[in-house]
Amino acid sequence: MRALIARDLALAVRAGGGFGLGLAFFLIVVTLIPFGVGPETTLLTEIAPGILWIGALLACLLSLDRVFALDWEDGSLDLLATAPLPMEGIVTIKALAHWLTTGLPLVLAAPALGLLLSLPAPGYLWLFLSLLIGTPALSVIGTFGAALTVGLKRGGLLLSLLVLPLYVPTLIFGAEVARRGADGLAVETPLLMLAGLSFGTLALLPFASAAVLRVNLR
Amino acid sequence: MSLWEYANPVKFIRTTDRVLPWLAWLSAVCLAVGLIWGFFFTPDDFRQGSTVKIIYLHVPSALMAINGWLMMLVASLIWIVRRHHVSALAARAAAPVGATMTVIALATGAIWGQPMWGTYWAWDPRLTSFLILFLFYLGYMALWAAIENDDTAADLTSILCLVGSVFALLSRYAVNFWNQGLHQGASLSLDKEKNVADVFYFPLLVSIAGFVLLFIALVFLRTQTEIRARRMRALLARERMA
Amino acid sequence: MLTVSDLSVARGGLPVLSGVSFALQAGEALILRGPNGSGKTTLLRSIAGLQPPLSGTIEGTDRIAYAGHQDGIKTALSVEENLGFWASVFGTGKIEAALEGFDLLGLKSRLAGNLSAGQKRRLGLARLLVTGRPVWVLDEPTVSLDAASVALFAGAVKTHLAGGGAALMATHIDLGLPEARSLDVTPFKARPEELGADEAFL
Repeated sequence: MRALIARDLALAVRAGGGFGLGLAFFLIVVTLIPFGVGPETTLLTEIAPGILWIGALLACLLSLDRVFALDWEDGSLDLLATAPLPMEGIVTIKALAHWLTTGLPLVLAAPALGLLLSLPAPGYLWLFLSLLIGTPALSVIGTFGAALTVGLKRGGLLLSLLVLPLYVPTLIFGAEVARRGADGLAVETPLLMLAGLSFGTLALLPFASAAVLRVNLR
Repeated sequence: MSLWEYANPVKFIRTTDRVLPWLAWLSAVCLAVGLIWGFFFTPDDFRQGSTVKIIYLHVPSALMAINGWLMMLVASLIWIVRRHHVSALAARAAAPVGATMTVIALATGAIWGQPMWGTYWAWDPRLTSFLILFLFYLGYMALWAAIENDDTAADLTSILCLVGSVFALLSRYAVNFWNQGLHQGASLSLDKEKNVADVFYFPLLVSIAGFVLLFIALVFLRTQTEIRARRMRALLARERMA
Repeated sequence: MLTVSDLSVARGGLPVLSGVSFALQAGEALILRGPNGSGKTTLLRSIAGLQPPLSGTIEGTDRIAYAGHQDGIKTALSVEENLGFWASVFGTGKIEAALEGFDLLGLKSRLAGNLSAGQKRRLGLARLLVTGRPVWVLDEPTVSLDAASVALFAGAVKTHLAGGGAALMATHIDLGLPEARSLDVTPFKARPEELGADEAFL
């Protein structure tokens, strides 16, 4: 297991794209928003938490089709499936690697991008926390989608169509935490719901992902 | 004699062939009676006027939108547990029907919403949930369409249906929470049965029965089509093998 | 070490082979023969546990090291890292013998992306040694190997068999293994009427 995560991280660093691409995409989305809605600070302040959450979510989505595709193409996935690792463990590790290479950099970058959208001062902490708690759920759910579409030639678009509806609850609770935090309101309820969602998906969804991966391998 | 006998495609087609005409006619009669009774022989609502009569399309289609997904969930579970091909194909057959019901519910809701609330669309929890349900239908159908191997597609879509159901439920609660959190309990929700007087209620029941029968008839018909398409592929494959 | 009894396997929902039975003891090698498309790959994948068989049983799946058409090599990692990864996945940890066995010591720190096709294949086969598993299940192991590398591979198989291992492989060339039996899969071709899963639709 440890070898698998080490290998995936090494590959992400060396092959490039892993860290950089998602972050650059996040930056571009956040840059484009003011062009679309106008430069008024009051409006930007109001929508900043939501924009940052949606930007992070889309950046997360961008790299999902690589979670299994590369291992599928070069045959590693077959070999991993015959190795003494449970399939559930493999998909969990894959989700973890995706989070470390995509989710975590987004979490760290989000406060900096908050500056661009004049996020109010109390919002930074809650934005950071909500993303820190919520992005693992995005990676785990995304890994399920990636496992569903791994054998398909043009799976990328289908992957988005399958995964985005599944992202709805995470987005709602995550953005709610950030928004309430920015407005100085109580955040306990959505924060707990978000944490519950993350832990729940992390505990249960790998079984579904492993099942669909087994189906796709045969 | 057990229910599972109908999992045999031949038996399924033979039985549904016998039932289908009855179902279709019964559904047509129920729909005609329910809608005509509802549209022309009920009084106008004292607040909403005659616009309330869209309820005879809106409520039944909304019901079938949700029940259609539930039926797919049950059929998917049967496929996962007992591996009856007819069950997987029935789930596949139900998806477009359910999606259409969702569109009807959304469209009639919008048409009703314009005179009542002054807007075609509001991000009310109930409306939003239906929109999300429609997205789930789309994803489910797209996955079926994308995979060539029938059994692989059945397996993957069944698991997607299972996972999707859980997330659809989560979304429902999340959306409820989200909108109250924003608008302090928008008063757009439609508390149906409680506000509906008997005079509107009976034609509504007839029309709901009509929609249920229509749904069953369409699913039977589409399942037959799926079975025949599957049979054709199997025959072609045997041809290639020989 | 590996017992296959009355196995039927399917590809794309259609049965390709049925009624395949054989047993493999320590020190034995079995070579599958048959024309292209006769179901050798499907049979090997089923035996390796990658796809469920239509019927029949396989004993000893957890003793198998499988190598398919693709080598599962990461081009961004070096030869050493590639092997080291599989060594730690299988919990063996030692890669020196495998590097030596397939003449890869000189290429140890080379990026796998810079290897030739034959060298990649050797790296893929060296993986078998680091798994530490006794039953090798190989699908066309000699593709893109030159004569010297084939001899190297044949030597590795001999050593493996002498050490109490077993090997099951699909290959068209003669490896010069005198002790190897061969099994022609053509007689096991599934007849059209044995359509398994789809029979209900016919």
